[in-house]
Amino acid sequence: MNNNKSFKKSLGTGLAIALTLFVFAYAFQVTDVDFGTTRDEVRQTSITRVLRALAHPDIFEYETKELNVEIPFYLPCSESEMTTPDAFPADEPFLKASAYCGEASDAITIEGFNMPTYTTGPVFFITSSGVKKQLDNFQTDADGYFISEIELPNRQPVAEAQAIRATVRTNVGAPKWSDNAIATWDKIIETIFIALLATFIGTLIAIPTSFVAARNLMVENRSPLTSIAFSIIGWIIGVWTGLQAAQRLVALFAPVNENLLLGLGGLILSIGLLYGILRWSMPTEDIEKPSLGIRILSSLGIALFGIATLIFFGASFRTLGATLIEPLGIFGFLGNFIFQIGEIIVMLTPGLIAVVVGAILGNILSKLGQRTSDNMPAGQVRLINIILASLAGAVLFVLLGSVVEWFYQLSNPIKTLYWPAGVGAALGLVLALLSPAKNALPTGMIFYSITRTILNGTRSVEPLVMAIVAVIWVGIGPFAGSLALALHTVAALAKLYSEQVESISAGPIEAVQATGANQLQTIIYAVVPQIIPPYISFTMYRWDINVRMSTIIGFVGGGGIGFLLSQNINLLDYRAASAQMLAIAVVVASMDYISSVIREKYV
Amino acid sequence: MLEIKNLSKRYEGGPLALDDVSFKVPQGEFLAVIGLSGSGKSTLLRCINRLIEPTAGDIIWNNINVTQASDGELRTIRRKIGMVFQHFNLVNRSSVLTNVLSGRLGYVNPAMSFFNKFPQNDIDNAYKEMERVGIAEKAHQRADELSGGQQQRVGIARAMMQKPAIILADEPVASLDPVLAHSIMQHLEKINKEEGVTILCSLHFLDLVHRYADRAIALNDGKLMFDGPPSEIDDDKFREIYGKEAERVG
Ligand SMILES: Nc1ncnc2c1ncn2[C@@H]1O[C@H](COP(=O)(O)OP(=O)(O)OP(=O)(O)O)[C@@H](O)[C@H]1O
Ligand SMILES: [Mg+2]
Repeated sequence: MNNNKSFKKSLGTGLAIALTLFVFAYAFQVTDVDFGTTRDEVRQTSITRVLRALAHPDIFEYETKELNVEIPFYLPCSESEMTTPDAFPADEPFLKASAYCGEASDAITIEGFNMPTYTTGPVFFITSSGVKKQLDNFQTDADGYFISEIELPNRQPVAEAQAIRATVRTNVGAPKWSDNAIATWDKIIETIFIALLATFIGTLIAIPTSFVAARNLMVENRSPLTSIAFSIIGWIIGVWTGLQAAQRLVALFAPVNENLLLGLGGLILSIGLLYGILRWSMPTEDIEKPSLGIRILSSLGIALFGIATLIFFGASFRTLGATLIEPLGIFGFLGNFIFQIGEIIVMLTPGLIAVVVGAILGNILSKLGQRTSDNMPAGQVRLINIILASLAGAVLFVLLGSVVEWFYQLSNPIKTLYWPAGVGAALGLVLALLSPAKNALPTGMIFYSITRTILNGTRSVEPLVMAIVAVIWVGIGPFAGSLALALHTVAALAKLYSEQVESISAGPIEAVQATGANQLQTIIYAVVPQIIPPYISFTMYRWDINVRMSTIIGFVGGGGIGFLLSQNINLLDYRAASAQMLAIAVVVASMDYISSVIREKYV
Repeated sequence: MLEIKNLSKRYEGGPLALDDVSFKVPQGEFLAVIGLSGSGKSTLLRCINRLIEPTAGDIIWNNINVTQASDGELRTIRRKIGMVFQHFNLVNRSSVLTNVLSGRLGYVNPAMSFFNKFPQNDIDNAYKEMERVGIAEKAHQRADELSGGQQQRVGIARAMMQKPAIILADEPVASLDPVLAHSIMQHLEKINKEEGVTILCSLHFLDLVHRYADRAIALNDGKLMFDGPPSEIDDDKFREIYGKEAERVG
């Protein structure tokens, strides 16, 4: 019995070992493992050459001085006009040869004296017309002496004296940065800023996203179907109206683009009005809730002057920046910065207006839906639900259909318009029929799942692939790299952040909610203080990764040092490439160190 | 007047944690809630300010139906109901002052509060409340640097910042030693007597109930088993509330 067991056990072990061997054998096969090639002589010399080049990074260069020491030489020997050196100077470099004339292929010994010590250099044969042919390399010893065996070249016989020359190059003066070092420096700075920008923008977007992607913050957000359907319809109408209005408004405000004073004046005025309205509509403490009229008026005012501020902001910053670039001289980049900020605002304005109008309308309608659901009898609510949910479902699916249309250009309204509308309406109808009329549906969890899905999808795309797409969009250069890295940073950080939010203690949240705080206040007072240390730690970690990534994102045209590196590798200039690798190593190591110090300090 | 009518709560997939509980609390009363662990005390207190959504029943407070209130209305109701917790539930990394001021969040302009800006008036009041419980000199320390008893006083100061009509105290002294327990209970008693704040306080120790409460209600398995003055809890009642094998201690 016992024997049997141990036999089985050893059989199992044997099989496992055999299987492992088999797996590894197959792995060798598919990965083309061939250690024979490593012994190949040609390959060995090339790897030696490359490794030696890598060990000599091209960073410094010197002014060089060339020392040429010559002796006359006759090939072939000519009796008539041969001159041979007879006296040798005591402390100047000179050459001595075993013979001063000879036939092609003769072996001759050359000795050098008083040369610079411990240097190397070539020995040339110089023809009468000045053509050089290298015969050997020499190496001097502590006394500046060398000896070299050469074989005379096979040349057309010439009567006049030709020469054998030893050349030594010596560095003079202080070392200077080589061109390659300067280019490397430029690009490594660019690399660091790509990482900085990507991390900053990515973090900025990832923080709010992480709250939506945190289960514990979203799980309590529920609303009844009536309110959801109302709010979807409100959002869609609002966004559409907002986009239309934005076009008109941007056209209306076009003169502001030309006139800087108008722009700045408008900006100051609208910020002032916005602030005034905010102060007026929201007293520092509200004991009584303001009346509905006042609330509507103030939100309209806020929306109006908010939009005006946005438009003036974009326009005036653009003009201001553009006019500043010239006068600022070398600080022109500050002007460009202002201009680009304006440009970002201008780019975002229509979208922001659409979102604002959508949010207002969606909110109002959602409240209306909530009231309807709270105050009407269940039968009527169900009827309203059936109509509205079908409508909302149809509209949502038509939107999806138009996305499909954009990608695949089916040009077939049956497939991208009628079918989606029908399916959406049917789904809405089913939902309205199945769920109890007044039940609150988990809207928070829906947002949570959508955000999580998008984040997971985005995260699984490598930044290098994103960079390829970005390069096509905005062209080769660091901007493409920053965009790609920023996008990946959002996805990666939002996930990590949201896991931190999910692991915070619920007690403080409960306590702050109990005081009557709203959701945003709860996040700021109970959630944020708890997540600051892990957020800092993860941001530093990501900054680290982004520095690494930005060093290679140039391989696909994303700017930074990677571009230089790949170029030099392709040109087989390994000494230059070595300088870039060194720069990358230094930067990555120091970022590593800095981030660990910061993490230790704040966490 | 706070009125609880036929309140029931069933956690998803669980048994009834509260089973048809009804009682009334006149303004200014000190009401103790007693019962075994798991009997539903925390659930009851959290249903009153709807930190937990009740499954059925009504909570009527000064003619306002709390259970029917919309989100906005609920926040204005909550700001008049302070809450004190067994584990204090302070925001550890924030200062004591910020913790106390967060009691005003239901009142202040939200836009200003995002930047941690509170009206001077509130800051002055915060110092007054901290002085009342004897922690004013700790105002700028981090909350987690304080001892348990001090943290609970911060919790009381935070609740008092709300100028509450009711304080819900969920086992406020269960994680404190007996001496500290009395000091915290005395603070609550003072607030009750001097400011007329209604206090609903769940307690584990009967001597504390006898010493501080005007009235007691007892829960067992979510059902209301007793409602009356603490002096009426005799041995029979005690067994009914805590089960047959229970022994009186203290
Ligand atoms: N979040 C929850 N989800 C599911 N069941 C819960 C939850 N909270 C409490 N319960 C259950 O509800 C019942 C009542 O719990 P509750 O916390 O109200 O009791 P308690 O009287 O406060 O107990 P303790 O004295 O230990 O604090 C218990 O059976 C508990 O298991
Ligand atoms: Mg409890």
